[in-house]
Parts: sequence; C-alpha cells; structure tokens
Amino acid sequence: MHLRRREPEEFRPRYRYFIVAAIVIFLTIFIRLWYLQVVKEQEFRLLSENNRIRLRKIPAVRGMIMDRRGRIFVDNRPSFNAMVMPEDVDDLMGLTKRLSEFLDIHPAGIEHQITARDRPPFHLVTIERDISWKELSLLKTYGLDLHGLEISIAPIRMYPHGKVAANLLGYVGEIDKEELKRKKNYKMGDCVGKCGVEWTWEGYLRGIDGGRQVEVDAVGREMRILNQVRPLPGHNLYLTIDLDLQRHGEKLLGEKAGVIMAMDPTTGEVLAFCNNPSFRPALFAGGISTKEWEELVSHPLHPLQNRGIQGLYPPGSVFKIVTAAAGLEEGVITPETSLSCSGIYYFGKRGYQCWRRGGHGTVNLYRGLTESCDIYFYQVGERLGVERLSRYAKGFGLGKPTGIDLTGEKEGLVPTAEWKRERLGEPWYPGETISLAIGQSYILLTPLQLLNVISSIANGGVLLKPQIAKRVEDVDKKVLVEYQPQEIARLPISTENLDVIRKALVGVTEDDHGTGRAVRLAGVKIAGKTGTAQVIKLRGMGRRPRPEEMPYGSRDHAWFVAYAPPDLPEIAVVVLVEHGGHGGSAAAPLAREMIRKYLSLKRGEK
Amino acid sequence: MIDRKSWAQLDGKLIILTLVLMTIGIVNLYSATINLPGGEFPFYQRQLFWLGIGVFFGLLVFLADYRYYEEFAYPIYLLALLSIVSVLIYGIVVGGAQRWIRIGFFNLQPSELMKIALILALARHFARYEMREGYGLRDLIIPAVITLLPTLLIAKQPDLGTALVLVFILLSIVMFVKIRFRSLLILLTVVILATPFFWVALKDYQRSRILTFLNPDMDPLGAGYHIIQSKIAVGSGGVWGKGYLHGTQCKLQFLPEHHTDFVFAVLGEEWGFIGCGVVLALYLALILWGLNIGMKAKDRFGTILAFGVTAMIFWHVIINVGMVLGIMPIVGLPLPFLSYGGSSAVVHLMGIGLLLNVRARRHIF
Repeated sequence: MHLRRREPEEFRPRYRYFIVAAIVIFLTIFIRLWYLQVVKEQEFRLLSENNRIRLRKIPAVRGMIMDRRGRIFVDNRPSFNAMVMPEDVDDLMGLTKRLSEFLDIHPAGIEHQITARDRPPFHLVTIERDISWKELSLLKTYGLDLHGLEISIAPIRMYPHGKVAANLLGYVGEIDKEELKRKKNYKMGDCVGKCGVEWTWEGYLRGIDGGRQVEVDAVGREMRILNQVRPLPGHNLYLTIDLDLQRHGEKLLGEKAGVIMAMDPTTGEVLAFCNNPSFRPALFAGGISTKEWEELVSHPLHPLQNRGIQGLYPPGSVFKIVTAAAGLEEGVITPETSLSCSGIYYFGKRGYQCWRRGGHGTVNLYRGLTESCDIYFYQVGERLGVERLSRYAKGFGLGKPTGIDLTGEKEGLVPTAEWKRERLGEPWYPGETISLAIGQSYILLTPLQLLNVISSIANGGVLLKPQIAKRVEDVDKKVLVEYQPQEIARLPISTENLDVIRKALVGVTEDDHGTGRAVRLAGVKIAGKTGTAQVIKLRGMGRRPRPEEMPYGSRDHAWFVAYAPPDLPEIAVVVLVEHGGHGGSAAAPLAREMIRKYLSLKRGEK
Repeated sequence: MIDRKSWAQLDGKLIILTLVLMTIGIVNLYSATINLPGGEFPFYQRQLFWLGIGVFFGLLVFLADYRYYEEFAYPIYLLALLSIVSVLIYGIVVGGAQRWIRIGFFNLQPSELMKIALILALARHFARYEMREGYGLRDLIIPAVITLLPTLLIAKQPDLGTALVLVFILLSIVMFVKIRFRSLLILLTVVILATPFFWVALKDYQRSRILTFLNPDMDPLGAGYHIIQSKIAVGSGGVWGKGYLHGTQCKLQFLPEHHTDFVFAVLGEEWGFIGCGVVLALYLALILWGLNIGMKAKDRFGTILAFGVTAMIFWHVIINVGMVLGIMPIVGLPLPFLSYGGSSAVVHLMGIGLLLNVRARRHIF
C-alpha cells in the first residue's frame, strides 16, 4: 500500500458544479416528461387508442425483364387486393357475409383468416389478391360501411408474351415462412422471386418498398397522411435472350416435350432457352389457386421443370465427340486408324450391335463420326478404358454444373468404376465402357451441358460460363452491372485434334452418308452431331422397332447439337426432343430452323 | 484488505436504492414481456438470474480493498481490451452486430466490461499524475489513447451507444480532474472540426438514426416510427398512467426493443408521470449519493473511481431516457437496472460494488 497519500481536498469545491449540472440535466428530462405526459396527454392518448398511427406499405414496382434488344419479357400492372384489418372489424358476421357474396369465397374461409391467432397485431390480412373490376366496384360501392375492409393497390407481374420463356424467367410469389426466417429485410406478405431469373436477380429486381405513416380514425379509416416515403423501383434486367429466336424455338417445339437452346459460342451468351411443356407465369402473379397448383405439379410431363438445366438424359451418340477427342489425345487412335464394322461387335460373350445392321465396313474416325458408327467407337472405348473416358468427359464440363446463374441446376453423372463400387456396390464391367463410349450406360447430362460442349468446340476449345444476363440498368438507364464472358476451362484437346473433329462434324450434315444430311441449309454450312439416346435396353438381336411402334415412354430421345457457320461460328444450338426417336430426323431439322431463323434475324437487323 | 470490518461498513442507503430500482425493473419487465415468447424461462425470471449473478460480482468487487484495483488497473484494462479484440474475431453476430462472445452457457458482451475497466485505468492514470494547476492537452494524450482504442473497436462492432458512453466517461473525468481552460477550448474546436470525418466512418444505420433524430420525418418507417411510437406510449400514460399491465402501445410490438432499450416507455405508459418521476428521482438520488461517496473518499484514486462509476450510470440514464422521450438519438443503450440484459446488469452492479467499496474504506488509514 502506498502510504504517501493525502486526502483529495482539491476536488471538494468542484463537486458543487457537478451536483448542479446533474440536477439541471435531470430537470430537463423532467420537463420533457411533463410536456409529453401532462401537456400533450390527450393528444397522445387519442393516438394510442386502437393504434391510430399506422404504417402502410407502398410496394415498390419490380424491375422489368427485357430481351437482349430491350423488348419486354416481364412488365408490371396495377392490381387491387381486398384486405382486412382484423382489429378494426366490429361486425365480423356482416363483413364475412358481404365479402363472400362479392368475392365468391366461402364465408368460413374468410372468417378463419380474420380470426387467425398466429398473426402479428395490426397486420393486414389478404382476403383476395388481384380482384376483378367488377369485384372492385362492388366493394367500393357497397363496402364503405364495412369497418375493417381495405382495398390496397399493388403492382403485380404481367407477361405480355404469355408462356414465352416461362421456365427461364421463373415466377414471383408471396414470401413463405421458411424464406422469411432466412432472409433479412423481408416482411410477411412481401413478394419474392421464387425461381429462374426472378430468383437469381431478386436483389436487383426487387426495389425498395416505401411506406406511409397514416393517422386513422377509431374505425380504421385513413384520416391524414403524416409522412410518406416513396418506394424506389427495382432495376431493369436485360437478358441475353433474343425474343424472336426464343419464340421461334418454342414454336418449333410445338406440342413436343423437349428443349431447344442456342448460344453465342464466342461469349457464352444464351440466345434462346426454350422448354416445353411450360406454364403461364401469370398464374402465380396474383397468387396461384390450390387447384391450378395441383394441376401443374401432377402433370405427367412436369411443366415446372426447367429441362435445360434440370432434365437429365443420356447423351447417346453426341457423346462420340468426347470419345473421339479422348481417343486422339490419348493416342489410341489417329485420324487414319481404320477399324472394321460388320454390324455387330463381340465383346466377352455378348454381341454389341451397330445402329446400322449391315455394318459400315472399314471405318476411320471421319466416317465414324459422320455416319455415327457405333462399332468404331466401341473399339475406341475399349482401348481407352472407363477411367480415361470419364476423365475426358469431365474435362468437357460434364458431371458438374455449368455455373449458369439459375437455381436448381443439376450436375449430371459421369460414371467411373469407383462411383459404381460406392453407389451400386458392384464392379465396373468392361462391357459398360463400350456402352459409355456411345453415350449410354449410366452417363447423364443436361441439355445445357451439351450446349456448352458444342459451343466450346465451335469456339476453338474454350468452355465458357453460360450467361443469361447482359446487364442491369436502373430506371434512369444507368448501367449498374455489365456481365462479361467468363472462361471456365479449356477443353483437354489440342488444336490439331479439334480440327479433325470439327471437320467431321461438318461432314455429318454435308456428306451424302452423314446422319445429319437432312439439315442442309442453302448458303451456310452447318456442323453438327446427331444423337439417339436409348431410354430402355432392348434385348435380343432382332430389328429395332420404329419409334411410333413403341409406347411413348420407351421411345428414344432425339438429340442434335450444331453450330454455324463452321469456320467462324456465331451460333451453337442444342435440340432435345424427349422420346422423339432418331436425332437425325426428329431433332436435327429443328436445329436447322433455329439457325435459319438466327441468320434471317441477323440479316434483317443489319 | 478483506476483513470482517468491511461488511459492517456496507452502505445501507446505496444498497436500498439499488434494490428498489432492481425491484421496479423486474416488476416493469414482467409487464413489458408478458406477450413476448421467451423460450424456456420468461424474461423476468432470466433477468432475476442475471441480477443474482450481478449481485454476486458486485459483492466480489466490494470485498477486496479498492486500492488493489489501482495496482491491477492496467492488467484489467488490457484483459478487457483483449476480449474486445477477440469479439471482433470470434464473436457471434446478433442482429447484424458483432458484440457477443460465448462463454460457457451465456453470451458475454465484453464492451460492457470495458466500461468498468476504462474507469479503473483512467482513475489510476489521473490518480498517479497529479496536476494541481490543471491538465494540459499533452497530459491528456495517454488517457485519450486509453479511451479511444476500445472506443474505436467497439464502434466497429458496431455498438455506437457503448462507444459513446466510453467517450462521455473520459470527458466527464477530464472535466472533473480539471483541465486547463485553454486546453478545453482547443479540444472543443478539434472535436467540432473532426465531426465530419467521424460522420463518414459511421455505418449507414447509425447515420440514419442520427439524421432521424435530427429530423424525424426523414425515416418515418424505421427509426422515426420508433421515436413516434415511443413518444405516444409515454405521452398516453398521462399523469397517473394506464395502470400496471394495462399498457397497450408497447406490447403491440411497435417498439421492437421495448424490453431492452425502450423499457422506459413501458414504465411511462403504465405508471405515468408519477411513476416516471419517482424512478427518475431514484436515479438522481443514486447519482448524487455517488458524487458524495467520491467526495468523502480518502485518496485520489478512490475519488476519481467513484466519480467515474457515477458518470457511467448518469450517462446511461440520461441517454436512454432522453432517447425514449425523443430528445436524444437512438443509440441503443440499456437503462441501468431496468432494461433486460445480463451484461448490463452485471456491469452496473459491479459499479455499485465499487461505490460500496470506496464508501466502506473511507475511514481506513
């Protein structure tokens, strides 16, 4: 302890000041308290009754979604919603009765909503969204004396082109309880992008809600506006999609279930993203009814599924491009290597057929690709083995998501021996390598992955991230974000070997024996590859039945991938017709029409 | 020195004042949180538990002679500083702010403990470096560094309220130990000039809160709405209040923090001007008594320590009540003994423990 201490006399006189200061400051608080609680008591008491000062949301207008040339995909329109403030309801019976008459809803449902317990106090309850003009005029005319009823105006989504690009655009809906827990800055009843582009760009599209502080009278009628904050509209999004090409693709698909997608191989921009069957996103704008929802989810062809990124299919012969690349790069074949095809290839105890029963005779790589000789690729696959083959498949971006900015993208499956041991508990059989070489066995991929493969072959070997957004602009047309091409990887193939394959892909359509010879187009050459993916294994050695002789679900999927022009490609296309039969006849003509449309649009534009 | 005599020296007045405020706090908290889902235990029970912990720590602080704290003031300060740094690194984020660190079963808020640690450090510094003719600017560099280091770290969490209190504690102590008049003028000028830079460093929500305070029309949907609802709650209480458990405004969740930072609004609505007046008078009595304890202390350290603790309680009360009544910006500070919250209860009861300590040892020399 320190002993050299003096009593701190020096502070004594200063204490007086601090005591006075403390008392004065407390006095200020007292005066303020007196002002609020005594002088202004009546005013505040009135305001506190029935919560007279309320906040009303003014929802922001969601940003528009445009195509690459600024044509509107998704817009907004005003809508009227019938709401009820339960705290203001004095005659519940009367209110539910009138509302059920005007809106044609069961009164029990309305009463249940209004009297629900798990609701924050003074929170508006939505009785019906997007009411019709007739309902609005009924409510406005006869609903004036119904205390608690409120009509709110809110912008909702409008789709000038109906179903066009629905799976890509996605839809919006009221935020659900789960999302509410995860997301900050959202309140009950807010609108939120549920999937597709609406989901990904939610942050830009949403805007900032405004609000009004209003004073209401004892029965909830708005007396005056105390304060107002204007909402800030969301930002506008420009997609890479070309509206004309998109519509054309959807028209080409018609009633057929399938996918048509087009991409600019130099940038990775997706030009068309067609999916059939799809849905009318407008159904969701005003709140979808249970019945309509049931219909959508129980539809056998799954219209809500975005096949381009969520549908998984075996690639069939299109995969021969990968097998060829692997064979050349690994040196198990050269472009000149000739292998013989007699229509059937025996491996182990089994015979593996070529699609052409009579066989192709002596085949080199060029003919193997143009005529899609299965037996040629059986032998390449056998020489490669499963590990090398699947390594190349992964090198081409298969078995993992492309990274497109959409939710729910599937990664597909590139089988390996290890995978099979782990998942199925069985060893890999060499015969399965033979199937894998022609894109069968366990391999699964999405149409977008295949589009990415053909696009990277078109651009000389660069795997690009598929882009669907060009830029985001605010309402004053100021560019906020500009999306740039993004390289993911390089294909594991040399330029020389790539040229060999590219030459053969032109032969697919140009040669008289090419499997895609049906798709020639005057004025421009098309490089492509057909694929016919078996859905079920056919036993026996007999003639393979024609598609129309089989039940729909057992028919082959028809593939065609293409790009044009071959020397300086501007467009890459993938076509998948589910259970469409032969790629060369069912899918290839659609790809040709897409390319034709693209070229005519380009000519018209410039 | 821990001895039997110190128990006999326990200051009955201070203890009774504190107990009364704590009781009012629990009673009020019961009403404030009656509609709040509180998990396993209701809020008032949890707060009772915290007060129990606080009383334990307060007595612990009381037992050892405060002159030991002078010896260990700097190590204690460094420890607190370290825990603040660790909060920035390991802390858990609650409501967008990183203020808490999890220790065993409860979340500790080291920035609260820093208040006590800073008072100890400043008291030691000014006790050892005596300046009869008043401190000049150069003498204030070390105290300023001692204060600003934790202040900036805490402001970064962000916890503007606590950061503000630390600065206010420093300023109060500096005024108390006597600053030269010329230095005071220079200091004021610097503060005024530095304000714009400080402004830039604030987070968006902090800026909007201050702006809203200056002009409540600016953000009528967020903080502006809170101020208005808080004023309606207090004002509608009138002279006599709406009666215990009969408040409506606060419980309807218009005030999201009505059991923590806005708990005074609940009191105002239910107990009216009379109730608020009594509580404020109790706070004033506590503060005047705290000043008295400082005045009677036997050494410089004890005097400055008691003054610092009193200043801490004073600023909490003034800023919090001022905020609820709409005459101070919303900075998020608890009201001592009334607001729900463990760290605040523990720290303020430790403060009371220090006051008792200084009081009890005023004759020992």
